[in-house]
Amino acid sequence: MRKYLLKRIFYLFLTLFIVATVTFFLMKLMPGTPLQNEAKLTASEKASILAQYGLDKPIWLQYLIYIGGIFKGSLGLSFQFSDQAVSYLIGSRMGPSMQLGGQAMVIGVVFGIILGAVGAIRKDTWADRLATILSILGIAVPSFVLAILLQYYLGLKMGWFPVAGWEGFAYTILPTLALAASPLAETARFIRTDMVDVLSSDYIELAKAKGLSKFGIVYHHALRNSLIPMVTLIGPLAAALMTGSMVVENIFSVPGIGEQFVKSILVNDYPTIMGVTIFYSALLCLLLLLTDIVYGIIDPRIRLSGNGD
Amino acid sequence: MADNANNIEIKPGDFAPLDKQAGPDNEKIAAPSLTFGQDVWRRLKSNKTAFTSFIVLIFLFLVAFGGQAVYHHDPNDQSPKYANLPPKIPGVNIHGLNGHIKQSGQDVDAYAQAGAGKDVHYTLGTDYLGRDLLARIMYGTRVSLEIALIATLIDLTIGVTFGIYSGWKGGRVDMFMQRIIEILSSVPSLVVMVLMATAFQKTGMASIIAALAIINWTTMARLTRAQTLQLKNQDFILAARTLGESAPKIAWKHLLPNLSSVIIIQTMFTIPNAIFFEAFLSYIGIGISSPQASLGTLISDGQKNFQFLPYQMWYPAIVLIILMLAFNLLGDGMRDAFDPKSKR
Repeated sequence: MRKYLLKRIFYLFLTLFIVATVTFFLMKLMPGTPLQNEAKLTASEKASILAQYGLDKPIWLQYLIYIGGIFKGSLGLSFQFSDQAVSYLIGSRMGPSMQLGGQAMVIGVVFGIILGAVGAIRKDTWADRLATILSILGIAVPSFVLAILLQYYLGLKMGWFPVAGWEGFAYTILPTLALAASPLAETARFIRTDMVDVLSSDYIELAKAKGLSKFGIVYHHALRNSLIPMVTLIGPLAAALMTGSMVVENIFSVPGIGEQFVKSILVNDYPTIMGVTIFYSALLCLLLLLTDIVYGIIDPRIRLSGNGD
Repeated sequence: MADNANNIEIKPGDFAPLDKQAGPDNEKIAAPSLTFGQDVWRRLKSNKTAFTSFIVLIFLFLVAFGGQAVYHHDPNDQSPKYANLPPKIPGVNIHGLNGHIKQSGQDVDAYAQAGAGKDVHYTLGTDYLGRDLLARIMYGTRVSLEIALIATLIDLTIGVTFGIYSGWKGGRVDMFMQRIIEILSSVPSLVVMVLMATAFQKTGMASIIAALAIINWTTMARLTRAQTLQLKNQDFILAARTLGESAPKIAWKHLLPNLSSVIIIQTMFTIPNAIFFEAFLSYIGIGISSPQASLGTLISDGQKNFQFLPYQMWYPAIVLIILMLAFNLLGDGMRDAFDPKSKR
């Protein structure tokens, strides 16, 4: 177990190192400096601004400084907001993103499990078909379309929820719903397929023969066994949520990381793009590692070993 | 029992010689024997959802790639005079398709208001520059499909080659190649795409295709590798090796045909994925840029006027959703059709 963990952590750092390196050099290929908007500066002013961002040094030195900085938790300075550290920018915008992501994950997974379980138990009935249609729609309707529709029909037309902004729980409802659709659909599909298998296995037959109630069978025997492989879905779901958050936060003007990321892309704020990329990768890597460990603990059949795959 | 047996008298006349021609017929297989492809096609046809999706997709492809031959409107032809006109189909008097629009609670003929003559009509209305929306949607669908198909073709090539090579070589090479995949797939794919799209000077079809192709092949590589590992120890491969076939030839002639179902199924899920990511990138503004259009940019343009002219976003969004639905449902159907175990 320890050997496995050490190995995984080593790969985590290797991955992040490669991501940081590739991002750094890709961004260096790009035109654009923090000066571009201020063409009327004198030569000495330009030099001092470049020096402030460390852009006067040769590229290899900039790279070493950047990589070294990451270990100290520094991701450089933002071009867009002068003098603001990227790490501070990310830190100050993490709250809303995490809240939205967390809420969407919980809602998506819980309702997805219910939808999937109903579909599996009532297989080939109208309930199953309805659940299937809902989950297919959740995959087919892109989050940005859903977000716009929710915002207009439930926010503007019905006036049930605030249209945009970030001033309290009511403001989180619509973005959460827009984000939750895709995890909900994925979970429902996953659980349905898995539970159809589980429900036809021998130990369910035994439970039926023992005369357990239908609820008891589903809850204690079928669902619990279907939930174990669900753990592996958390990583992909989190990645999907990151994707979704970029547009959903934009549409509902939530001051989160996704919104900042898109803004930075549009104004060529390279240090922020790099910082957020590394942050997202680190988050996903950590989640993948955690899910693997949790999977090993709750399912004793999976052994975590240090050698091979 | 014994009594009964004694009571039955069997006379030679009870027997008649069989027709000599009937004999061989016992061995005859009445139904035509099906190849694997025919069998898959038959199962796919019997799956109503998948087959409907298939027809819908053919229809969409025909309209997107051949529609302009029938519907003579230039998607980039601007006529600011007729900007933001709602859909109007002559002879149809349903609200939403008759050129009328609600303005501060009143039903107004937008075409009369814009001073358009009787012969002016736009089937799906116009956008904010007076461009024909139907023509633009057809054009946008074509661009979206082109990007998705080319990107899928590229990542299919990379993925399958990588997967077969990795699985065939095994050992250290395999270990190393698997680590590459692991590293690539632990980075959020959208972030990589955004980076690529930014790095390749932002806009244009080529940059999106490259961005999609670079990140999407890992799943395909993983699947083909797993299959190759299973196949390569089977006897027919061993036979081919013993006969002295070269490795590339074995891969092409023996592995690839056996991998085809996995590849086809995975492709059916890669395409909608690519369509989604293209729409996403175009929507946030780092994808296709004007005068080119894709479903993503059309949705993004339409969204600006959504409150007053909802049709401008609804129509491209509906096309996008139908595309995604059809590909996903057809993919599901293909998976069932290719899997002999699910035979009913």
